[in-house]
Amino acid sequence: MPWTREQMAERAAKELRDGFYVNLGIGIPTLVSNFIPAGMSVQLQSENGMLGTGPFPFAGEEDADLINAGKQTVTELPTTSYFSSADSFAMIRGGHIDIAILGAMQVAENGDLANWMIPGKMIKGMGGAMDLVGGVKKVVVVMEHSAKNEAKLLHRCSLPLTGAGVVDMVITDLGVFTIDKKHGGGMTLIELAPAVTLDEIRSKTAASFKVANTLRR
Amino acid sequence: MNKVYADARSALAGLLKDGMTIMAGGFGLCGIPETLILAIRDAGVRNLTVVSNNAGIDGVGLGILLDSRQIKKMISSYVGENKMFAQQFLAGELEIEFNPQGTLAERIRAGGAGIPAFFTRTGVGTTIAEGKDVREFDGERYVMERGLVADLSIVHAYRGDSEGNLAYRKTARNFNPVMATAGKVTVAEVEQLVKAGDINPDHIVTPGIYVQRLIHVPNAVKHIEQRTLRKRQPADAPAGAGVEV
Repeated sequence: MPWTREQMAERAAKELRDGFYVNLGIGIPTLVSNFIPAGMSVQLQSENGMLGTGPFPFAGEEDADLINAGKQTVTELPTTSYFSSADSFAMIRGGHIDIAILGAMQVAENGDLANWMIPGKMIKGMGGAMDLVGGVKKVVVVMEHSAKNEAKLLHRCSLPLTGAGVVDMVITDLGVFTIDKKHGGGMTLIELAPAVTLDEIRSKTAASFKVANTLRR
Repeated sequence: MNKVYADARSALAGLLKDGMTIMAGGFGLCGIPETLILAIRDAGVRNLTVVSNNAGIDGVGLGILLDSRQIKKMISSYVGENKMFAQQFLAGELEIEFNPQGTLAERIRAGGAGIPAFFTRTGVGTTIAEGKDVREFDGERYVMERGLVADLSIVHAYRGDSEGNLAYRKTARNFNPVMATAGKVTVAEVEQLVKAGDINPDHIVTPGIYVQRLIHVPNAVKHIEQRTLRKRQPADAPAGAGVEV
């Protein structure tokens, strides 16, 4: 059984550590905040200028001056601080954020990431994605393994890049891969979702990858 | 020297001309200087280059100046929420220069600080770096980006005093303080106008040196793009918890 969106988010939450400053992207990555283990202190950074992002407000308590980077209404916590966009990206580009969890259209075995534009389609813009993948200490991609039967894990990305050699880990509905982006060690499958076979994941992956000796399932 | 003007029209008098570059603060519809945007529409200046993280939504924020076809070019990081934008772009009537959001913020910060260019890792190995100087420092590659200034910056603040000192509220701060530094002239709209000394000097985010003119907008309309809510439960949800609504 492939993992559901919630299970992918739950698996991504296992990469969090106590004291981490974390940036979560839109979509499945947003769900990761539901799986932060009890007792673990994690501060969510929102790149529009907020650390310590709280949950969505109760009806009637929403505040137009208090939104996250997805333009969704959120709330303040006792740990919250606010700052300008320049300060926000200084913290991102200066390597102060421990982990970014984000979605992708394509990831290559060398850690290249494409998630911002499809040539020929209306381009919405990259927002803060290029800054995040270029500056955050660890970059985790959470995405469906394939889109309409087309592989998204590739030898090289065919779409324009968001970042070159930036991804450390990919969590899909079928399994988990690590990428040794710094030392050219390539991509390694470290976990399989329940009842997913190696043959199945091989047939749906265009990237070359090794299988970890310690492969978990 | 009086910095306080009676309304947006008089605050912008003599500052607007066709073809100029305007920086407009805000993130999405949060912290946008909408009263000043409306006055720019009414003034009718055209062929504007507008530097702003987003382009509003249809009929709101900078969407107002797109509807009136006063914008020639946008310098932004994300413009996905605006149908009029897509329509004018696809018809070739509107230019767009996409900047990574942090690069945009830093270009503006640098411009305001008199720094003509800087190097960043953001965008190395992507189309953003094409045609730009790429250099290696300490074994890492960095791309050169230029500082950015504007003829006019328009910003929104929560509180301002007669000296032009500004303080912001929550995430409505965003691009406003950096843009205030990078305009040849900066005009601020403030929800609360107080006399000098009424803002604790420790809480001033934008010192008045950056603000030449300001107006009081006590009834500014604020917009919410994505109203996301959580249900009331006996126990408090953990930090950041929520489902997409």
